[in-house]
Amino acid sequence: MPDYTLRLRRYSPETGAAPYWEDFEVDLDGHRSVLDGILQAKDRTDASIGIRCSCRAAICGSCGVRVNGKPVLACHIHLDRAAEKAVGGIIMVEPMGNMPVIKDLIVDMDAVHWKKMQRVTPWLLPAGEEPEREYIVAPESMIDVTQTMACIQCGACVSDCLSMEVDPLFIGPAALAKAYRFVGDPRDGQQFERLRDLAEDPHGIYDCTHCFNCIEACPKGVAPMSQIMRLRRIAGADHEIDDRNNGHRHEQAFVDNIERNGLLHEADLLPDSYGGKFHPRAVPELVGSLPVILKALRTGKVTPRKALLHGHKASEDVKRIFKHVHDKEERLELNLYVAGEEQDPGESSAQADAAGSHLPEERSPNT
Amino acid sequence: MKVAYWPGCVSRGFTPELHGSMAKVAPLLDIELVELDRACCTGAGVIAEHNQELADTLNARTFALAQQVEGAELMMNICSTCQGAQSECQERLDANTEYRDHVNETLAAEGLNYKKGIANKHFLWLMVEEIGLDVVASKVTRPLTDLRIGPFYGCYIVRPTDRLGIDREHPRDTYLQQLIEALGGTVVDYAGQYKCCGFPIITMNKQASLMQAGRHLGDALDADADCLVTPCPLCHLNLDLQQPLAEKVVGRPLGMPVLHLPQLVGLAFGVEPKELGLTRHVVRPTSVIDWSTSVVAAVAAG
Repeated sequence: MPDYTLRLRRYSPETGAAPYWEDFEVDLDGHRSVLDGILQAKDRTDASIGIRCSCRAAICGSCGVRVNGKPVLACHIHLDRAAEKAVGGIIMVEPMGNMPVIKDLIVDMDAVHWKKMQRVTPWLLPAGEEPEREYIVAPESMIDVTQTMACIQCGACVSDCLSMEVDPLFIGPAALAKAYRFVGDPRDGQQFERLRDLAEDPHGIYDCTHCFNCIEACPKGVAPMSQIMRLRRIAGADHEIDDRNNGHRHEQAFVDNIERNGLLHEADLLPDSYGGKFHPRAVPELVGSLPVILKALRTGKVTPRKALLHGHKASEDVKRIFKHVHDKEERLELNLYVAGEEQDPGESSAQADAAGSHLPEERSPNT
Repeated sequence: MKVAYWPGCVSRGFTPELHGSMAKVAPLLDIELVELDRACCTGAGVIAEHNQELADTLNARTFALAQQVEGAELMMNICSTCQGAQSECQERLDANTEYRDHVNETLAAEGLNYKKGIANKHFLWLMVEEIGLDVVASKVTRPLTDLRIGPFYGCYIVRPTDRLGIDREHPRDTYLQQLIEALGGTVVDYAGQYKCCGFPIITMNKQASLMQAGRHLGDALDADADCLVTPCPLCHLNLDLQQPLAEKVVGRPLGMPVLHLPQLVGLAFGVEPKELGLTRHVVRPTSVIDWSTSVVAAVAAG
């Protein structure tokens, strides 16, 4: 049987010693999982290796770790594929990021992940009087939230969230995806309140830096970042929540800027995002940016002409598209998680009508 | 080769040296650029955040304009954010005929129609996949010997991997390293190379945004990089234009030059730093300019 080397990150806070790497040889077939490898090392070599796991079938979400620097479920990645991507063939296994380590590969999910989950009121707040029996909704009205309901709470997205890395208070991808699960639920009566809360929080929906790490990390295709964008869309367009973080104003300023100019006019975007050049909110920001602006002028990067005028104007065709789409009563959204991709190229789509019955396959375990 | 060329907004706005250096480098690689001057901004993800159909229609229009360019083999861009925003829209447009037809109905008013399956490649991908790194290497007249270069990919050109076509056959998340080596430079491995520059939240959470930029620049400094190279002008804004402010947030001097991709290529092809607009950066790329003059001096002395 082939041999694989696992290099595990070991750490026991109570010993006072610094974390260190330790290598373990395992003999298992390549199609067995990295988790199987860790468990063999634990069984045969060192029973003190700390790893949390349960179902071994990518359902329970317990064994989130980083393999070769990427967040995965240890049970959901084959040894041969992991070794292929490993530097020198040595499979590196580390605890997840953005959460404190309890021991070895076990992180404190309570301290970060579950606390943030609590933050978004993850239960239904229905409107009106309680019905005699259960709340009844049309099944198709729930399809929209199935994507966020696929979450298994493994924390892989939290582990690699780049906003949380610099702002630990950020509510984060998993919890915000959960927030959408209730914002998008037709039974919930507090959509506006939920959104206002998440938009006004300096560490809420507008703190996401749009880096796609959570989309890449999720083993279940939840695409937390896409859910955050939907929260922003509904907060801004449907409820017109003008948050204190300039989130909605920035989005609006950007869209207006392109509608007007066709190409982005950066010099207008910054002040407009704060409410306009002469808005009290914009003044300190612009004063703070002055040294940067002056430096850019000095190097010739930006010319006064470019800063003040914008040569390009949107064509009538571009303006017509903006107007045409904005005039529609409903926003059209194509969620490929729900609609799926056409199997037969060129044929017209039946999937969109049969939404829900054509969920795409789960992400391949090794990509 | 002839390409329908989408330069984006920022390359003609606050980072004019990107568009300029691309124009210098293209003929050296026998690329004929046919600029899509009627196209508009990709939306950089923000228009899609505001209204998906609007972003998809605007980008379908750009694709349709590109498909009208006679003799063009594909569409090329020089901005990671454009690549990512366009790929997202293309994924939806190509996945569903009914949806594509719906979008095309809007475009029909100006006689345009997007046909499924446009090949849209960033200059980085084009060099590796269409031109070939051996050909690129053969054009090098001033190898970047001893220049320590840190790749800075940013987000939009590497994630999500399936949307961006990154797989075993197309390891697009290694192309910058491969290119640096083909140009004779030394690749610097550091923590921030695939992380976010922080630019998208600069108006919402300035502190977090600048801390991201500052950390990555600091990591590159600690790894002894002479400069960074990025395929994204928006990353360049946060890493170069905002670097003085990032220094304040992370509390350390940085002084890390950041090059646009065509500038690095041009440098190895013997184009003068000034012609490539290197002197227009906020952080003066002194180490790079000194390196280029010392190479010239060495050649003369030899």
